[in-house]
Amino acid sequence: MRFARTYKALGVAAVLALSLSACGGGTDTGNGNGGGDTTKVITANSTEPGNGLLPANTNEVGGGRVMDLIFSGLVSYDAKGAIVNELAESIESTDSQNYTIKIKAGETFSDGSPITAKNFVDAWNFGAAAKNAQLNSYFFESIKGYDKVSAEGSTEDKMEGLKVVDDTTFTVALAQPESDFKLRLGYTAFYPLPESAYADPKAFGENPVGNGPYKLAADGWKHEVSITLVPNDKYKGPRAPKNGGVTFKIFSNFDAAYTDVKSDNLDILDQVPPSGLQNYKTDFEGRYVNQPYAGNATMTIPSYLPEFQGEAGLLRRQAISMAIDRQQIIDKIFYGNKKIAADFTSPVIDGYNANIPGAEVLKFDAAKAKETWAKAEAISPWPAGKVFTISSNIDGAGNKEYITAMANQISTNLGIKAELNPIPTFKEMRALVNSKKLTGASRAGWQADYPSLYNFLGPLYGTGAGSNDGDYSSAAFDAKLKEGLAATSVEDGNKIFNESQEILLKDLPVVPLWYQAVQGVWSNNVNTVPFGWNGVPLYNEVTAK
Amino acid sequence: MLMFTFRRILQLIPVFFGATLLVYFLVFVTPGDPIAALSGGKPMAPAVEAALRAQYNLDQPFWVQYGLYLKNLVTLNLGQTFSGQEVSAVIIRAFPVTARLAIMALIFEAFFGILFGVIAGLRKGKLFDSTVLVASLVVIAVPTFVLGFVLQLVIGVQLGWARPTVSGTAPWNELVLPALVLGLVSLAYVIRLTRASISENMNADYVRTATAKGLSRRRVVVVHILRNSLIPVITFLGADLGSLMGGAIVTEGIFNVPGIGNLVYQAVLKGESATVVAVVGLLVIVFVVANLAVDLLYAVLDPRIRYV
Repeated sequence: MRFARTYKALGVAAVLALSLSACGGGTDTGNGNGGGDTTKVITANSTEPGNGLLPANTNEVGGGRVMDLIFSGLVSYDAKGAIVNELAESIESTDSQNYTIKIKAGETFSDGSPITAKNFVDAWNFGAAAKNAQLNSYFFESIKGYDKVSAEGSTEDKMEGLKVVDDTTFTVALAQPESDFKLRLGYTAFYPLPESAYADPKAFGENPVGNGPYKLAADGWKHEVSITLVPNDKYKGPRAPKNGGVTFKIFSNFDAAYTDVKSDNLDILDQVPPSGLQNYKTDFEGRYVNQPYAGNATMTIPSYLPEFQGEAGLLRRQAISMAIDRQQIIDKIFYGNKKIAADFTSPVIDGYNANIPGAEVLKFDAAKAKETWAKAEAISPWPAGKVFTISSNIDGAGNKEYITAMANQISTNLGIKAELNPIPTFKEMRALVNSKKLTGASRAGWQADYPSLYNFLGPLYGTGAGSNDGDYSSAAFDAKLKEGLAATSVEDGNKIFNESQEILLKDLPVVPLWYQAVQGVWSNNVNTVPFGWNGVPLYNEVTAK
Repeated sequence: MLMFTFRRILQLIPVFFGATLLVYFLVFVTPGDPIAALSGGKPMAPAVEAALRAQYNLDQPFWVQYGLYLKNLVTLNLGQTFSGQEVSAVIIRAFPVTARLAIMALIFEAFFGILFGVIAGLRKGKLFDSTVLVASLVVIAVPTFVLGFVLQLVIGVQLGWARPTVSGTAPWNELVLPALVLGLVSLAYVIRLTRASISENMNADYVRTATAKGLSRRRVVVVHILRNSLIPVITFLGADLGSLMGGAIVTEGIFNVPGIGNLVYQAVLKGESATVVAVVGLLVIVFVVANLAVDLLYAVLDPRIRYV
C-alpha cells in the first residue's frame, strides 16, 4: 500500500484533485528525544551556496546555513528567535543611536588567531564598501558614513560610525535611532572576519576560517556535491555541537532528497517537496515537524495601477482581500501546512499581535466583499472586459496551483475576470517587478533576515524602501516607523510597529495571505530535530541514535 | 580515410561557432534580469548592482558581449558563473559524470537492444517477439520521469538493491540504476530497429545463398545477417550518445546526479550565458565526433563503403 500511496503523490496535478482536510496550523512535533551518540556525523540536505562563503556576500539559504554554523557573531538566535549573546559581553545604548559593544576576551578563530573589536569593525567596513561589491552591503546602511562608502565608484572603505576603542570594545554610531539594531547583529552580514580574509577574499570564500561551532573540514566544500563540517574545538559559545559533524549533501531536487531520507540515506530534510506534503506525516510517523517560521506570503497590488487609485482603489483592495478564502486554499492545495495571516509579519517574531485592529479585512467574507466592490463601482466603474491578473513566476513549486485557485475565488466572489499571469522564471519576474511595469497584482512574500517586526515592515512598505515593490507611500506610516525605531527599547518599538500595521491594514498595499510553515523530516538514524525561528534546523542540537 | 576524417573535423569549426552564437543569442533574448534575481527579491545597493553588471558584461550590447566571450574563449577562458566560479572548473567536475552515465546507458541499450532485437527478429511472431514488442511499446509510451520515479521507489527504496540517489563522486556502481532509466527508452527503439532490420534481411538473397552453401545457422546469423542489419542501429546509437548526454536532465534530477544536465538547467533558469554556451558547445562537439565515429564504423561493417 505504501507504494500506491507514494506513487499517487508523484503527480503535482494530483495535488488539486484530492481534498484531504489536514489539521490546522500550530506546532506539531514528533516525539522521542533520547541521549544519543555525540560522535556520529549528521547528514542534511542543502543547495549549492550562491557565492563564496563570505559573511557579507551570502544572502541565500544554501550558503547561509553553512555560514551560521562556521561563524558566530555578537549574538545568535535561539529556537524562538530571541537573541543570545555569543561573542558579545554587552551591547549598550541609551538613545538607540549610539551603541557601545563589548566583546568577550580570549576568543579565537578556528585557526587560533584572536578575535578583537577590530575584526568586527574591519569586516563590517569590508561588507559595506562599494568597491567590494558584497550582496549584503545594504545591511550596513543604518551605520553613519554608509552613504559615502557605498556610493558608486567610491574608493573609501571606512565608515565613520565605527570606532575601535580597545581590543574588546567598539562603538557604533547610527545615522538615526534604530531600536531593533541589536536584533540584527546575529545576521550573517555582521560576522567578524579574521585578518587573513582580506588578502584574497575570493580564496577565503572557498575555504573560510570562522569562529562558529563548526569549521569547514579540509577540502570540505565539494562544489555541487557536498559540504563537510567538523566541530570547532576553539568554540566556547552557547551552540556547542552535540554531534560529530554535519555533512551537507547538495540536492537540486527536493524529491530526490525526500526519497533519500525515507530510505535513511540522508538524516535531515528541511523542506518536504510539494509531492510529499500529503503523505509526509504517515511516511515519517513521529519523525517530522510542521511549525511556522518567520516568513509570509502576500499579494502585491501596486499603487501605480490606474484601477486602484484613491477611494475606489482602496475599496477594491479590501474587496479582493475579503474575496479570498485562504483556509480553503491552505486545506486543498497545501494540505493544511500553512496558517492564515492576521497581519503583515509572522507569529514567531517577538512582539507579534494576532489581534491588530482592522484585521477583519483579512477574513473571508464573500457577501461583504461583493458589497465593498459594489461601493467601488459606484465611485468609478471597473473597465469593461478588464482582467485582474496576478503575476507569478511558475518555476517555484506550487505557485501556479494556489494562484490559479485564488484567481478563481476572486472571479467567483467579485464577478470580474481574474487569472494567473504566468512568468516562466524568477529572473523574469524580478525584472518585471523592478521595472514597475506590472499591469496587475503580483505574488510576493518575505522571509525575515533577522527576527524583528521592523524587518517585515520597513524594507517593504517604507516610502522608497528597497523591497517596496508596489511603490506604497504613506506619510503616516513612515512617521510611525520612525517613531518605532526611535523607541529606547525593543518592546516599546514593537508596540509602535504594531500600531503602524493598523495603517497598513487600512491601506492594504499588499494583501496578506498566510504565514509560512516549515515541514521537515528526519531519518531513523537521528533523534528529534529541533527547527529554528527561520525554518532552518538547529544542526548543532541534533544527536545520532 | 584520413583526409575524410580531417575534413569532417574541419567542419566542426563553423558548426561550433554557429551553435555558440545562436545559443548565446537565445540566452541574451530570454527576458528577465539575472542580476535582480541574484538578490532573491531583497534590496541590493546600486553600486553593487552596477559592479556585478559590469563584471558579467551585462551592461554591454549583444555583439560586444559575444565578442568578449569569444576573445576569452581563444585563451581557453570560459568565463565565470554567477557564483564566481570558473565555468571551466564547473564543467570539468560535471562532464565526466554525465559522460559516464551516458556511456553506461549506451552500452546497456546497445547490448540488450541488439540481443533482444536479434532474438525477436529471428523468431518473428513467436511469444518472445510479441512480448518484447509490447514491452518496448510500453517503455516508449511512458515518460522517463515516471520510469525513473517508479524504479527509484521499487529498486532503491523498497527492495534496497541500489542507493535511491547517487552519492557525491557518482561511482560506476551507483550509476547503474540511473543509466538503466536513461537508456530504457532508447533500448526500446534499438530493439525495434534491430528486429525490423533482421527480419527484413532474413529473406534476402544472400542469406539464402549462405544457407544453401551449407554454412551453419550460427555463422549465417552472426556474420551475414547481423553485420548487414547493424548499419541503421549503429546510426541510431551514434546520434543517441549526444541525446543521452544532453537529455539526461530529467534522470539527473531524479537521482540527484551532479552532471551537466542539472548544470545547464540551473544556468538557463539563472540566465548564465557563459555556462549555457560552454555546455552546449561541448555537446555540439560530442555530437559531431559521435557522428564521425558512426560514419567510420560503416566502412568496417560494410566493405563496399570506402572513404577517400
